[in-house]
Amino acid sequence: MIPPAFTYRRASSADEAIALAAEYGDDAKYLAGGHSLLPLMKLRFAAPSVLIDLGRLPELSYIRDERTYVAIGALTRHHDVQHSPVLAAQIPLLAHTAGRVGDPQIRHRGTIGGSVAHGDAASDLPAALLALDATFVARGPSGTRSVQAAGFFKGIFETDLEPGELLTEIQVPKPAVPAAWSFQKFTKRAIDWAIVGVAVQGHAIALINMGTTPLRATAAEAALASGASIADAAALAAEGTSAGSDIHATKAFREHLARVLVKRALEEAGARS
Amino acid sequence: MSILGTRVIRTEDPRLLTAGGIYVDDLREPELDGAARATFVRSTVAHALITGIDTSAALEQPGVIAVLTAADMTDLPPPPPAGEFDPDAPAVEGPLPLGGVWSEPLLAVDRVRFVGEPVAIVLTDSTYQGEDAAELVSVDYEQLPAVPSIEAALAAGSLLFPDAGTNVCQKGGQDTSDESIFDGCEVVVEGDIVNQRVACLPMEGRSTAAAFSGGKLTVWASTQNAQLSRLILTAIGLPPDAIRVVAPDVGGGFGAKIGVDRESIIVAWAAKHTGRPVRWVETRNENLLAMTQGRAQELHIKIGGSRDGHIKAYRLNVLQDTGAYARMSGFLPSLTVLMAPGVYDIPAVQADYKVVVTDGTPIAAYRGAGRPEAAATIERAVDWFAAEAGLDPARVRKLNFIKPGQFPFVTKTGAPYDSGEYEAALDKVLAKAGYEELRAEQRRRREAGAARQLGIGLASYVEVTAGDAGAGETCKIDVHSDGTATVYTGSSAHGQGHHTAFAMLVQAELGIPMDKVEVIHGDTDLIPDGVGTYASRSLQLGGSAVQKAALEVKDEAARQAAALFEAAEADVVLDADTGLWQVRGDPDKSLTWAQVASEAEGGTLMANVRFTQAMPTFPFGSQLSLVEVDTETGKVTLLRHVTCDDAGPVLNPVLMEGQRHGGIAQGAAQALCEEVLYDADGNPLTSTLADYGAITAAELPSFELVTSETPTHLNPLGVKGIGEAGTIGATPAVQNAVIDAVSHLGVRHIDMPLTPERVWTAIQSAGLRRHVREASAK
Repeated sequence: MIPPAFTYRRASSADEAIALAAEYGDDAKYLAGGHSLLPLMKLRFAAPSVLIDLGRLPELSYIRDERTYVAIGALTRHHDVQHSPVLAAQIPLLAHTAGRVGDPQIRHRGTIGGSVAHGDAASDLPAALLALDATFVARGPSGTRSVQAAGFFKGIFETDLEPGELLTEIQVPKPAVPAAWSFQKFTKRAIDWAIVGVAVQGHAIALINMGTTPLRATAAEAALASGASIADAAALAAEGTSAGSDIHATKAFREHLARVLVKRALEEAGARS
Repeated sequence: MSILGTRVIRTEDPRLLTAGGIYVDDLREPELDGAARATFVRSTVAHALITGIDTSAALEQPGVIAVLTAADMTDLPPPPPAGEFDPDAPAVEGPLPLGGVWSEPLLAVDRVRFVGEPVAIVLTDSTYQGEDAAELVSVDYEQLPAVPSIEAALAAGSLLFPDAGTNVCQKGGQDTSDESIFDGCEVVVEGDIVNQRVACLPMEGRSTAAAFSGGKLTVWASTQNAQLSRLILTAIGLPPDAIRVVAPDVGGGFGAKIGVDRESIIVAWAAKHTGRPVRWVETRNENLLAMTQGRAQELHIKIGGSRDGHIKAYRLNVLQDTGAYARMSGFLPSLTVLMAPGVYDIPAVQADYKVVVTDGTPIAAYRGAGRPEAAATIERAVDWFAAEAGLDPARVRKLNFIKPGQFPFVTKTGAPYDSGEYEAALDKVLAKAGYEELRAEQRRRREAGAARQLGIGLASYVEVTAGDAGAGETCKIDVHSDGTATVYTGSSAHGQGHHTAFAMLVQAELGIPMDKVEVIHGDTDLIPDGVGTYASRSLQLGGSAVQKAALEVKDEAARQAAALFEAAEADVVLDADTGLWQVRGDPDKSLTWAQVASEAEGGTLMANVRFTQAMPTFPFGSQLSLVEVDTETGKVTLLRHVTCDDAGPVLNPVLMEGQRHGGIAQGAAQALCEEVLYDADGNPLTSTLADYGAITAAELPSFELVTSETPTHLNPLGVKGIGEAGTIGATPAVQNAVIDAVSHLGVRHIDMPLTPERVWTAIQSAGLRRHVREASAK
């Protein structure tokens, strides 16, 4: 329960962080809230030799209304996303989802950028951002680029970020009908990761823990688009997914839950809008 | 007015909540200056021969003082010789580990039997160095087929102790072959029930510090009983009087800290062997791998009776998984057998047990220790029987309860129940919960075909506390010349509130105010003779000892006071409200405790006693659990939990409620979410708190506690134990509630933990059976 020795560097600016990452290369990891990385290090499943601490970069912590979208600094804590008046009014799905991550201690430490960059299929926020068609802004030694959420999550804990690239901002387009949302998180205990989760915004449906990455329920979405009923669309929720079996649930039960939760989510989103 | 029975706030809490407790890791005694940190190298495989251990790379690491293996333990007394093994020999009285071919080594010698078994100990200057160096100790394993379950143990394809020739290490109980006991039964239910393996999970894990100097070993251990720990520590080859054991603040035990484990003996040995003080504080990961765990039984039941609900016969066959080593061997299942018929007057009862070794973490006592398994099983069986007969489970219970006029009552399994008001306890719970209204709401939801169904679960239990009543408990009280008192108790607090309870008893008897009473426990130099805290024994034995010592001190004081008053001893009285000594009929003259004690020899009045009890006591109660089950997902929500737990007169409601709250939470946790799991190769799957589903406050409602006080005649306080009752009652109440919620869908039983997938699968299977039946009827 103690990580192997590592070098700790605290960055005083985003540019310095990127320069440090370039200096140390593959041995280095960015440290944001630490709630995903540090447990892996304590169990010695991850052993980076250098940690570049982003914790004191206020320049990356903000929520700004940019007319057509809301820009969120990557280092914004879940607690701040949860309680943002801008998000409550414009993108309530995101504010609500941030409030369902872990427990209060975790929400005061964990960051939205850390959750996205970690690329865990069982995390809540990546799926919500996928349903919201967010754009991720990454900065590296050779400049800044934008990646659509749909193309960002590549595999198990694997994202489109290049080595040394730093996720700096998340841009979330304002949905046409903000109230048409639902977030369903199925857990055994309040504190657990989702066994299965569903984020719905309008007719966009994203699934948590139904494969190696957060996924869109494309078959159900297509059925809705072609006029199918909620019940008929929800019956397709597990199409194209690749859920695993573990001590918390079998693949078959996860697929069943996806169908039930998508139905409930679509009904709730419909009732709200 | 006596302070007994009043809501006295725990005197322990201001210190624990502000300055902080002093646990083993916090100790800064001079003897522990420069203590080395111990880190264990633990087996990474379930079952293997050790073919080599290479410590050289670890020894080169910075800060490494020593890396010790079994080969270094040449200065230990030899183990007792292996005797003849007879699996049919009667169970030893009490929780004694089996010796001979079943012996458990300290560090593994040539074989490992569970993941987490200690293989080597690394001593370093700092904790961080310890984990780095331990990772570099290379152990060569020749893997053997794992024995990951009771089924695998019975198949005997792989033997953990080849010299024994079997994985069955003990058998006991009655002959259960007589089928005729079910003759004439109109309703018979037979089935298998699992009482799953769970972790004890105290907030503070195991921890031990040891220092050896001048021929004396001092061990600070997080333990439920310092005196037993001292006896166990003689294994390193020192007589008891060369060992001092101190229990500082202890952050929970739940049975897993009765005495000390092999790791603590190794730490003590390492301190003696190297001459350097050593401290070990386990991580949560180690705690989930290697602290003893609980339950781990598979039970086969058969219950039969008349269609109108009279139970006529009950048979129970217990299979106990004792883990890799038989720490308690047949002791736990022998309690399950003893308590098999529960609160019911059943004309014919047969129960037996068989204990097997597996590649699991050793099993030992866990809050209830053998009795929760009995209660969970009979309460499940009664509900199963009631459902099969189509009768209300409350009615079936009432029909079969042992009646108040039948006490003392000896069950068919030999348990001598002292007192009980079983039906009254159930009635109180039913009234508080509004049983009929709940049933009506349940009917409405069933008729509406609602997705969220209500379940109402009952459990009526009786359990045995202070099982070793004859061992009793010790107490010494000194009243000093300044009017204060010191209580030395052999009982051992680790969260229960002993200091508050025992000081209340002193105030009640002697009139010395609680804040002038100091309670000391857990130091073998100060209290060489004591038994400790387990089996819900502290108040009935430890508390009765405090009262007995107080009365003896009072007698001694009366003699002194009589001399001072120049009055007859019979005329001297103590006003327990004011703590003043007076002469009857002369209210103007009085003496304080300080004045009386000052006249005693050495300025101290003293009494030193042992209180023993003729027999154990049998607290009882009923619990009702109300759950909502989402039939589309199988998710269970615990809505209400109403209990009546009767352990005799209540000394302090605050302490009693605390015991019940914690106990109910742990009982509900076993029913709903907790389970230690292994894969087919014996690898643990729940060795972090992310994977082991320990219950949290978010999953629990506020509990509704009803009072009932039926005294026992076995001790002067009239009290029984309350520490384990909540757990024993809660597990079956919650389990029965969940099954009740879906029983109208054809579900008769679901094993614990009642995870969403299990509940949903049970609903699906019942639906399928119904379809098949309907199809074949056409």
